[in-house]
Amino acid sequence: MLKATETENMGHVRRTPLFPLVAKGLKYASGERALIDGLSLEIGETTRTVILGPNGAGKSLLLRLLHGLLEPDAGSITWGGEAMSGEVQARQALVFQRPTLLRRSALANLTFVLSHLPAAERTTRAHELLAAAHLEHIAATPARLLSGGEQQRLSLARALAREPDVLFLDEPSASIDPAATALIEKMIANAADDGTKIVLVTHDLGQARRLADEVVFLHQGRVTEVTPAPEFFSRPRTDPARSFVAGRLVL
Amino acid sequence: MTDFSSIFGLALGLVASGDGELYAIIALSLRVTLTAVAIGCLVGLPLGAFLAVVRFPGHGAVTALLNAFMGLPPVVVGLVVYLLLSRAGPLGVLGLLYTPTAMIIAQAVLVTPLIAALARQSLSDLHGEYDELFQSLGLSTRRKMAALIWDGRYSLSTAALAGFGRAIAEVGAVIIVGGNIEHVTRVMTTAIALETSKGDLALALALGIILMTLSLAVNAAVLSLNRTARRLAYA
Amino acid sequence: MSRKLLAGIAAALVLASAGAPARAENPFIVVQSTTSTENSGLFKHLLPMFTAKTGIDVRVVAVGTGQAIKNAENGDGDVLFVHAKKSEKEFVAKGGGVKRFDVMYNDFVIIGPKADPAKIDGGKDATAALKKIAEAKAPFASRGDDSGTHKAELKLWEGAGVDVKAAGGDWYRSTGSGMGATLNTAAGMGAYVLSDRASWSAFKNKADMKIAVEGDKKLFNQYGVILVNPEKHKHVKVKEGQMFIDWLLSVEGQTAIRSFRIEGEQQFFPNAEQTAMKKAG
Ligand SMILES: Nc1ncnc2c1ncn2[C@@H]1O[C@H](COP(=O)(O)OP(=O)(O)OP(=O)(O)O)[C@@H](O)[C@H]1O
Ligand SMILES: [Mg+2]
Repeated sequence: MLKATETENMGHVRRTPLFPLVAKGLKYASGERALIDGLSLEIGETTRTVILGPNGAGKSLLLRLLHGLLEPDAGSITWGGEAMSGEVQARQALVFQRPTLLRRSALANLTFVLSHLPAAERTTRAHELLAAAHLEHIAATPARLLSGGEQQRLSLARALAREPDVLFLDEPSASIDPAATALIEKMIANAADDGTKIVLVTHDLGQARRLADEVVFLHQGRVTEVTPAPEFFSRPRTDPARSFVAGRLVL
Repeated sequence: MTDFSSIFGLALGLVASGDGELYAIIALSLRVTLTAVAIGCLVGLPLGAFLAVVRFPGHGAVTALLNAFMGLPPVVVGLVVYLLLSRAGPLGVLGLLYTPTAMIIAQAVLVTPLIAALARQSLSDLHGEYDELFQSLGLSTRRKMAALIWDGRYSLSTAALAGFGRAIAEVGAVIIVGGNIEHVTRVMTTAIALETSKGDLALALALGIILMTLSLAVNAAVLSLNRTARRLAYA
Repeated sequence: MSRKLLAGIAAALVLASAGAPARAENPFIVVQSTTSTENSGLFKHLLPMFTAKTGIDVRVVAVGTGQAIKNAENGDGDVLFVHAKKSEKEFVAKGGGVKRFDVMYNDFVIIGPKADPAKIDGGKDATAALKKIAEAKAPFASRGDDSGTHKAELKLWEGAGVDVKAAGGDWYRSTGSGMGATLNTAAGMGAYVLSDRASWSAFKNKADMKIAVEGDKKLFNQYGVILVNPEKHKHVKVKEGQMFIDWLLSVEGQTAIRSFRIEGEQQFFPNAEQTAMKKAG
């Protein structure tokens, strides 16, 4: 799958680069409780970034902030030097931790985000996407009736339908069997190979190893380290990361 | 007074007699109310969806007002529409007073806030589910509203039915703006009021039974249509 | 978007009107009239004859006389056909109507419970009967709706020297509704009530009630007909409205009124200008 920017030369202005993504001094609180607590982070374009951290560390919140679904109480986020805007957001897609699917058929969930295409093309494209997610056989099934794993694959397919430059994934294979996990990882890897920036949150250390170029470790609303993947798994730099990796390995 | 079984008999007899006048009155009742409900949906559903999607200063006040308007007294609506449509009123030149159109207008005024308020309620819940997705997809307000209305259509049919129930059963508004003119603006409820005032309580009650049956039939039809559509969608 | 919406509403209204019965082809007039004429069935008797002759449909809005006059003042009708001579004359004097004509009369009757707590049964004097009702504090149901009947009733109380306002809520109960509703109320609480004879005759829920007092001259109830003033309201259908009035006053119309019966009993007594009556004779 090629990016629109690379294939369409028909008078298309080449889009401004989104990277580096720089977050500075991000704060997000609920009442007295600081959930994101002065977080700073820089992410480049070329790497596949995996965010790790214990439950409640603030990973999902961070994705929401980066994607512009939440406004930080303090701090700034810039994409290639530019502030977040509708255009920037339009070039991103987020696969939520809990899949939010429209009360429509699986197919209609895809055609819904393909509204920029002519009707005939829309259906063809949606079927292609379903096939890629191995969901062709349940195209007409209401999305709400799909199994948890099927819903997550559909969610991913819908995000990919938008051909985003940045793909945020919040535990995309949390409730998925090994075969389907492999499929999802393949879909993600393919997207990355096509030039899509991947920002993935996961608890699955195996998955992190397979997909990550670099690891961002989050603890209590702060980034404790940003480390290249091989190094992170062999020699985490910070204590929380060490015990996190160790704890998982012991289990 | 006549006992209930004989009133049921009377109602059945009326229906079975194929009395053209009765059927004309039933047809007019349905025409007026269904048109009013259609208009109520045309305005109320987008309005409810808009309130579910968009936050603006005064949002709470508008919602509260809408909720209060659910209980608009029909007589008051009738009076206001009368004053508007009367020859002495601002819309008098249209000559709409004492026509079915006037009755449709009055009932539409009556049911629109009801439909809008109920739509807002159920679409707000749905919007709570969809909000982040909509934001992430960067949808326009219009597309959000359309998606909510489409996906919420089964629960919205309940709002439409509530509007239907309110309109088909009300007499206060239509009798003022319609005038209960025989063959022209006489509907089931005004006919019932008329028979009551003539002291023919048995006939009035028989008409009431027919009206209730009618209302029940419409409800049953919509619900079963709903269920079939849902089953097909889930098949 | 709002334009689309308006178009949708307009389409709905047009669609609804398209289903209207074809009878709307006939020219028609709107007559503001009273419940007594409509509920008694007089119009059902008269109008088909008029329509057959002239091809004009008559749409009757039957409300209390007070409201009928108000509606006519607003121009919401072509002809006013009510029974409150004083108010009608005021209406014409204020320019609301062209000219008032006597059409017919019927009479009021005092209806009471068979138990007759005020002992007025069989009386011929309405004022005396009302005095007795007041003395006995027997319940009395009043229209209280500014209708012709209500106005006539108030005049009778005045003649009897009874201040009903003071008794309001006590034995004097103002229903604020039409004749039928008031008769229903009276039947429900065993009250006396003043009614026009036609409404009473056609009334089906007589329960335990009967006529207690009738035949007093003071109980006569004159009906008049007036064309709404086209100078004030341009849309008034002068030709058709006048045709209806002329017909009511003609020999044919007066004969038709006389021929209306409820259970064999004549209800309305035509008394239009004698010139017309002579031809009838
Ligand atoms: N809208 C909110 N209001 C209040 N607290 C919130 C809100 N959203 C998240 N939190 C809290 O913020 C903390 C971080 O939440 P977040 O969902 O980002 O965790 P996470 O790192 O994704 O955890 P998990 O691994 O369980 O998904 C949690 O303690 C959570 O309870
Ligand atoms: Mg999370």
